[in-house]
Amino acid sequence: MTIAGRRVPFTACIGGVIVLLTVVMILFAPWIAPYQQTKIVGGVWDPPNAHTWLGTDSIGRDMLSRLIYGGRTSVSIALIATFFTMVIGVGLGFLAASTNKVVDNILSRIVDILLAMPILIFGLMVFAVLGTSIPIMIATISILESTRVFRLARAVAMSITVMDYVQVARLRGEGVGWIILREVLPNAVPPLVAEFGLRFCFTFLFIASLSFLGLGIQPPAADWGSMVHDNAQAISFGGYAPLYPAAAIAIVTIGVNLIVDWLLSIHAMPAGASAGAEV
Amino acid sequence: MAILRFIVFRAALGVLTLFAVSLLLFLGTQLLPGDVASALLGQSATPEALAVLRAKLGLNDPAYLRYLHWLFGVLHGNLGTSLTTGTPIASVLLPRLANTLFLAGYAAIIAVPLAVGLGILSAIREGGILDRTASILSLATISFPEFFVSYILIVIFASGFGWLPSLATVYDGMGFWSRLDATTLPAITLTLVVVAHMLRMTRTSTLAVMSSPYIETAFLKGMSRTRVVLGHALPNALGPIINVVAINLAYLVVGVVVVEVVFVYPGVGQFMVDAVSKRDLPTVQACGLIFATVFIGLNTLADILAALANPRLRSGLRQ
Repeated sequence: MTIAGRRVPFTACIGGVIVLLTVVMILFAPWIAPYQQTKIVGGVWDPPNAHTWLGTDSIGRDMLSRLIYGGRTSVSIALIATFFTMVIGVGLGFLAASTNKVVDNILSRIVDILLAMPILIFGLMVFAVLGTSIPIMIATISILESTRVFRLARAVAMSITVMDYVQVARLRGEGVGWIILREVLPNAVPPLVAEFGLRFCFTFLFIASLSFLGLGIQPPAADWGSMVHDNAQAISFGGYAPLYPAAAIAIVTIGVNLIVDWLLSIHAMPAGASAGAEV
Repeated sequence: MAILRFIVFRAALGVLTLFAVSLLLFLGTQLLPGDVASALLGQSATPEALAVLRAKLGLNDPAYLRYLHWLFGVLHGNLGTSLTTGTPIASVLLPRLANTLFLAGYAAIIAVPLAVGLGILSAIREGGILDRTASILSLATISFPEFFVSYILIVIFASGFGWLPSLATVYDGMGFWSRLDATTLPAITLTLVVVAHMLRMTRTSTLAVMSSPYIETAFLKGMSRTRVVLGHALPNALGPIINVVAINLAYLVVGVVVVEVVFVYPGVGQFMVDAVSKRDLPTVQACGLIFATVFIGLNTLADILAALANPRLRSGLRQ
């Protein structure tokens, strides 16, 4: 298979199929799911059978239907958080690179301090103070994670602002807004697209972990992380209930990661970008 | 002496960062609408009761005084008093810290030699079976949430074969070997979580050195690939490898949070999550500070060790 004259590697195709299936599943959840997500259709932790293909959950709801609906919450909240992460991180990163040394130094030192701590620990601190709700979670993750995007966006913009055409725009008397939106942004799109994918993976896993810890998305909204949390006890009785939502999280992350790997291999990323384990 | 100056500078920077983070942790609690006293007593509290509690907790002092007071206490081993139990936090936290360090240490002892060894092996046989397997596995471990890895291991080794316990129950006075047995599954989980990243970085650092001219010379002298990698490339790749190992150890101490909850292991992570759901602020603050200290400490150590492994820095920064 080729896109724009380039051969797409097999792994990226797999990633694409996974992402496509996920999107279809999320958009058409009410038509695909065999049951209502809140309807009790069997006993507690029924094993997979002809009526409930993946068995039932801790209060007898159909696991498959919950999975299909839960994907809506998990994926959409991660997407929203990633969007804000990118807006804040890229905006401040470009600002630091396009204005003067003072702004750059202030922003960079603040980011240094925030980077000195794992996101999870800061996040737990915020939740202890403000309590857990979806808006607070999205805001906390966006702000904390944007520090990681800031580094990349600043590095990318730094390499662009030294170009002749940016100098010309400056001499023409264009403002910072013009420089950022019309000169830097169009030339920084490819690495930022890959970064968006990476950030999505990280945010998605992070929100799942928070929900798993009982601190993320609260009921009644079904989401994959809290489904693992709710069904964790089944493991002690020899059931597999928490494995299904956990596997769903893993599969979506792998799909996005495969596409990101491909994007990264097309556009050589500048230093500072990494697909590695993030703290 | 340049190296000594670097170490002192880097250590000072670490301490400074820790201060900044402690300030942030303290300021975080000031975001609370109302204050700790009203959070503690709830909405039905009488103004008199609030006033008494405020005086008792020292909440009438200005914020900077309270910060200094807290910091002074911490430096003397007094981490404050828990809001929910009313007991000193330090007495509960320290045994749990020992448990967490035991688990992280156990995982590190398995993970570090495994990752560095396999990383060097896959650099020696670049593109070989081991190399390709490692790259697929690293994708999997980056994408799998920690609890997924944990549950797979529990289903296989605890429910399936029944070799290991599915809950990491430890208690005071437990023998070393039974403690080791109880913590094996969580330790393997943590190992799997960090090993791939360490392996990839070891491989990349070794291969990065492999493209330098002196490596080519060594090859042209007719040396075997194994000898070139072990004798010429590895000593120069050591700095980055030490760095990545230390960073991953720092990650271990944090990654431990989810794993501790899965296996109901009495460590700092589980303690902190518990305190967050009860909104016990002083406890969360203390746990956060402990994590920050370990994390920043290991990161500082990483930079210092990497500098020590670099001959150019060791012999006095000629460049």
